[in-house]
Amino acid sequence: MSTFMQQLINGITLGSIYALISLGYTMVYGIIKLINFAHGDIFMVGAYIAYLSVTYLKLGLIPSLIISMMFCSILGMLIEKFAYKPLRNSPRISALITAIGVSLLLENLMQIVMGADSRVFPRLVDEKNYHLFQSKIVINNKQIYLLIITIILMIILNFVVKRTKVGKAMRAVSQDMDAARLMGINVDTTISYTFAIGSALAAAAGVLVGLYYNTINPLMGVLPGLKAFIAAVFGGIGIIPGAMLGGFSLGIIETLVSGYGSSMYKDAVAFALLILILIIKPSGLLGKNIKEKV
Amino acid sequence: MKKIVSIILLLVFALSIFTVSFASSKNAIKIGVDLELSQAVAQYGQKELEGIRLAIDEINKKGGIGGKKIELVVIDNKSDKTEAQNVATKLAVRENVLAILGPATSGATKSAAVAATKHKVPIISPSATDDAVTVDERTGKTKAYVFRTCFNDSFQGNVMANFALKTLKAKKAAIIYDATSDYSKGLLKNFKNIFEKSGGKVIAQEAFGKGEQDFSSILTKIRAKNPDVLFAPVYYDEAGLIIKQARELGMNIPILGADGFDDPKVVEKAGKKNANNVFFSAHYSSQDTDVKVQEFIKKFKAKYNQEPNAFAALGYDLGYFIADALKRANLKFDSVAKDRERLKAAIENTKNFVGVTGIISINKYHNAEKSAVIIELKDGVQKFKQKLNP
Repeated sequence: MSTFMQQLINGITLGSIYALISLGYTMVYGIIKLINFAHGDIFMVGAYIAYLSVTYLKLGLIPSLIISMMFCSILGMLIEKFAYKPLRNSPRISALITAIGVSLLLENLMQIVMGADSRVFPRLVDEKNYHLFQSKIVINNKQIYLLIITIILMIILNFVVKRTKVGKAMRAVSQDMDAARLMGINVDTTISYTFAIGSALAAAAGVLVGLYYNTINPLMGVLPGLKAFIAAVFGGIGIIPGAMLGGFSLGIIETLVSGYGSSMYKDAVAFALLILILIIKPSGLLGKNIKEKV
Repeated sequence: MKKIVSIILLLVFALSIFTVSFASSKNAIKIGVDLELSQAVAQYGQKELEGIRLAIDEINKKGGIGGKKIELVVIDNKSDKTEAQNVATKLAVRENVLAILGPATSGATKSAAVAATKHKVPIISPSATDDAVTVDERTGKTKAYVFRTCFNDSFQGNVMANFALKTLKAKKAAIIYDATSDYSKGLLKNFKNIFEKSGGKVIAQEAFGKGEQDFSSILTKIRAKNPDVLFAPVYYDEAGLIIKQARELGMNIPILGADGFDDPKVVEKAGKKNANNVFFSAHYSSQDTDVKVQEFIKKFKAKYNQEPNAFAALGYDLGYFIADALKRANLKFDSVAKDRERLKAAIENTKNFVGVTGIISINKYHNAEKSAVIIELKDGVQKFKQKLNP
């Protein structure tokens, strides 16, 4: 039982990482129906920016987190402006290919600038372990930070989307881009904002992952990016609580698979899950089936 | 007409290959380097290259080999098996090198060895420890052109299994290994064999895949079985993370590793307070008081402004090792193919070559017979523990 509880804690930690990344994924998809494959690499850039600001500017966790989020939101807007916007009216496949191109560009650029080798992320918080139930269950303070920051960011995001003017515009654009334009909404600005917020969330995830595993490398975004995509589809792509649910479920399922089966199967299970959900309920767990109007 | 043109083209092409092969042997002796200089295990290749460069520069300053300078042709294999083979082919065919130094890791060396064998170029790895690097697993025959200047995993797995049983008095061992790495699987097999033959029991054997960062679920599973020691035959990137995550889960048992642990990154990643009760076999210790070792450390620091690790030492030894063989090879520079054969014979006959990492004799399996040391991590600092002979 204690082993199971410990595995659950491991799973929730991994799940909060997936959830944070998939929030940005799902937002971008929800608004312009683009699967932003460069999202995982923005996550990686976020980790590196925090690494640089900690090592060279000697900043603490919160300032580096903010700098990294700001930098990545600008990066996200630039990527949107130069890579996706010119293709907004092209077939969906062109946008997808550009996204993959941007992803490879970021990975290789980072390998040139920072070197291909993995780097040690500085220790920013004092590590503390809390032992429960005769020390059979261990919780780390970084795991708690990870979970709390994820939840806080999701609440803020939900507030932005539901309660603010920008959020209202986003929801309008996601429903019908042309109609929104007719109603006087600046669609380009709204999409820019979406990318800014999504990329900032990815950056936050990158910093937290760097902090948790204290190691970063230029290819660290590839697999988590794919997993976050699965999480977003699992929960219902385009739905914010769905991304959260998908992220946590995927993290817990993966951990249980490697805890009770073999670690070698966990990626296979993740992708099998993606296929299954696409067959059974393509709109995801929280998605509604919308009939196409003819 | 077309035929004549194509024949002329062919002749020009053939001549150009010919001239290249001669040009290389006129002014300098070309030696290829096929190392992991970027990606996953870049740290090994970069350190080894620094060591090789230091040695070759010294040799060239003293006049080279018979008046000729050694020229290194360095190509990065990107820590990739396929790329390692491409690089070896390129070095053998296009660059016409006399020998290839590298790669650093077992998997890459095995695949580069295929190309080297095909083109009959001696290839010498400074640090590929998998048994199957120099000996064909199926036939049990020594691969004619493949050598190494380090000990192999049978020896290393043996050393660690005995250390666990005799020094640590462990009865139950758990193993965590990388199922995508030849190095990891080779060590696992050897450790398990010896450990179980001598009365111990392996109670858990958990695999993970390439690039894994989260070991907490595997470690939680192992923790539930209460082993006496954890053996982790992995490279530095995973080693640091495994130590850290095991300690964070409250596992305080000794963690054993092999030469893959010998890198400052292990301690940086694990954290100083977690890097305790960790033991691994290594090629050399910087705390060795041997004059040759201390002299090497001084020279290395002077050139690169940092402490050399074992891989730098292995690279340095390889530089002198190849120079020693070149000197004895009686090279005639008549044809590259013949000189490669002469060099190969010289390498095979290496006896009692004194290097920084020990005294090397090449045996009939093309392995180096030399000693290993066991190093302990205490609050992140390496402590010399034991020296073991084959």
